[in-house]
Amino acid sequence: MDAFLLQILNGLDKGSAYALIALGLTLIFGTLGVVNFAHGALFMIGAFCSVTLQRLLNLSSETIDPTKTDFLGNPLKVKTPYVESWFGPELGGTIIEWSVPLAILFAIPVMLFIGYAMERGLIKHFYKRPHADQILVTFGLAIVLQEIIKAVFGANPIQTPAPDALSGVVEVLPGIVYPAWRVVNFCFSLVVIAGVFAFLQFTTFGMVVRAGMADRETVGLLGIDIDKRFTAMFGLAAAVAGLAGVMYGPINAPNYHMGMDFLVLSFVVVVVGGMGSLPGAVAAGFLLGVLESLASLEVVISAIPGINQIIIYLVAIVILLTRPRGLMGRKGVME
Amino acid sequence: MSNNLTRRGVLKTGAVAGAGLALPTYLSAASHSGFTNAPTGSTVTLGFNVPQTGPYADEGADELRAYELAVEHLNGGGDGGMLNTFSSKALEGNGILGKKVEYVTGDTQTKSDAARASAKSMIEKDGAIMITGGSSSGVAIAVQGLCQEAGVIFMAGLTHSNDTTGKDKKANGFRHFFNGYMSGAALAPVLKSLYGDDRKAYHLTADYTWGWTQQESIAAATEALGWETVNNVLTPLAATDFSSYIAPVKDSGADVLVLNHYGGNMVNSLTNAVQFGLREAQANGKNFEIVVPLFSRLMARGAGDNIKGIVGSTGWHWSLQDEGSKAFVKSFGTKYGFPPSQAAHTCYVQTLLYADAVARAGSFNPCAVVEALEGFEFDGMGNGPTLYRAEDHQCFKDVLVVRGKENPTSEFDLLEIVEVTPAAQVTYPPDHPMFAGGALGTCNPGA
Repeated sequence: MDAFLLQILNGLDKGSAYALIALGLTLIFGTLGVVNFAHGALFMIGAFCSVTLQRLLNLSSETIDPTKTDFLGNPLKVKTPYVESWFGPELGGTIIEWSVPLAILFAIPVMLFIGYAMERGLIKHFYKRPHADQILVTFGLAIVLQEIIKAVFGANPIQTPAPDALSGVVEVLPGIVYPAWRVVNFCFSLVVIAGVFAFLQFTTFGMVVRAGMADRETVGLLGIDIDKRFTAMFGLAAAVAGLAGVMYGPINAPNYHMGMDFLVLSFVVVVVGGMGSLPGAVAAGFLLGVLESLASLEVVISAIPGINQIIIYLVAIVILLTRPRGLMGRKGVME
Repeated sequence: MSNNLTRRGVLKTGAVAGAGLALPTYLSAASHSGFTNAPTGSTVTLGFNVPQTGPYADEGADELRAYELAVEHLNGGGDGGMLNTFSSKALEGNGILGKKVEYVTGDTQTKSDAARASAKSMIEKDGAIMITGGSSSGVAIAVQGLCQEAGVIFMAGLTHSNDTTGKDKKANGFRHFFNGYMSGAALAPVLKSLYGDDRKAYHLTADYTWGWTQQESIAAATEALGWETVNNVLTPLAATDFSSYIAPVKDSGADVLVLNHYGGNMVNSLTNAVQFGLREAQANGKNFEIVVPLFSRLMARGAGDNIKGIVGSTGWHWSLQDEGSKAFVKSFGTKYGFPPSQAAHTCYVQTLLYADAVARAGSFNPCAVVEALEGFEFDGMGNGPTLYRAEDHQCFKDVLVVRGKENPTSEFDLLEIVEVTPAAQVTYPPDHPMFAGGALGTCNPGA
């Protein structure tokens, strides 16, 4: 039973990353009608916002300590981060330790800007082109972004550890301990999802966007500049993916190809949830995450070897055969 | 005229013309030397086939640095590095047999087909006489097979699967790096002294040739101590989040977790294991322990603080204090500003060993090189006295057991050497069952 509950938790945790990425993909598809294959790269760039902030906070002054030597026998250069020299070792050290939570604040404006620049600079030129062209250009963009990150940060993963207070394990249910940061990650993603839905549901801006998603032409005829609002939604979707990336950093060290690892699965999530349906994307994200984890249970693997590697695609096939529009897909989207 | 053309006549003429065209190529290849890519001018070309893109690109970059350094030293540049400490004195710093060493590079991408294609191109287009490098056993086995067919020497880079010099061994291929069996033989006594002989081990294993042979080797070595292997779970090479594999470990009755993972797999599975509190856990009344049988400092850096206190084995480490290692660290560190990795050491040494074998043989002919390397004993290249065994072309030298350092003094100072296991302790008979199947065959000079 414990093993079962643990895998449910693992699934919800994995699902939160799927759900956040799929949510952004659906937002972009629903508003701009673009299938954005660069969305995984945005998730990856989010994680590297955290790496960048960590590097910035660790910028150091060098002093030479003649009493110690480096690997070549030369006097050792001792590095002291500027943050520690400015705020004292204690406060400075704490700031560096909390770099991942701080990176949330850092990532939001950066990702909004990257999303805005991507949409205005490249993707808007492809609105009237066929979906195949959009897929090719966004996929190409993903490769370019990935190679830029590799050129700057290298191919090896770089750790962005959670602060000590949020590391280690917590008892989530009697007798069941679970990594603290994974719990934080799950709760955070629920907050972000709730925030996005609230924004669309309860603000005038959100109402206009929803109207535009339903009937772009009519909203345009009412004299509303819907394009501008849709660009903002692209920025928002980028920020959501970026935040998912920041929060995922302490779980698995960021590397340049982490976006591609999530991209394909996120598309399956979107299709299973139903193209264009935001609640569908979120529900499918958590559902597939949980199923993937449950399929790794020992009893399941020993009964059907290899099931853990194909379960997501198997479920996708079954759902598409029985409900061709996905779980919550609406009529007329992509048809 | 056209009336005289018959189908039979055309075929005949074609066949004769074809044979005539083919003949000079064959004759010209045989006339000057009788082996593939025999150097004719004043230079000789080596082919460095390393991962320049893909997840192991950083390791590939370090391999390339080592190769450039080796070429510089062979051509008489720099401080000479290990040429000064190498027990064989056949190399004179004037290239190889008086021919200046040049090189071409290929990108393996850590994919077997891409690695074969880049090796093939270097052999056929660039005239490389020897191929070396790589960071994966899948790639090493694929490229070794290609070199055997093409008639060039293959000096393997990082490859730790038993199969490279086991069932997939080839006469034209040589491995300087150690293997899974040797890791098991070196680790077992240390594990016994640190964690006792009554342990229950749970293995997570990367699902490909290297993972399988390492798991088999470690399980056999630890079971010989009295340990029990409670489970072995194969994980897909493409896995990123290992939580669903790690979560069941705690309640499995095991008190040791063995991670047969490398590169990104190792970084993620170890990070996940630490996250799930396995380092602080208790099982069967003992402290829970994690073992990473193959450690790479370059990769360990990606795992950050999580490697502290974790025991594993490694081929070579820059903190070794023998004259050869010191000379290499000095040359490399002065040129690049940081210490070399074990990948760099392997590739540097492989280049020098190839050049030395050619010099001793007095010929670039692969069969002469094979003869010079088989049974070759040397010293002064790090890891103490070393043998290239004739039966399987596996190198036998000291293996290092290392542990993640608790208080590193620099970003390179991640591992501390726990024990240097002497070569004799990791040596096995050539007909050991873990290396059974396949035959070395005979050397192929090609052409």
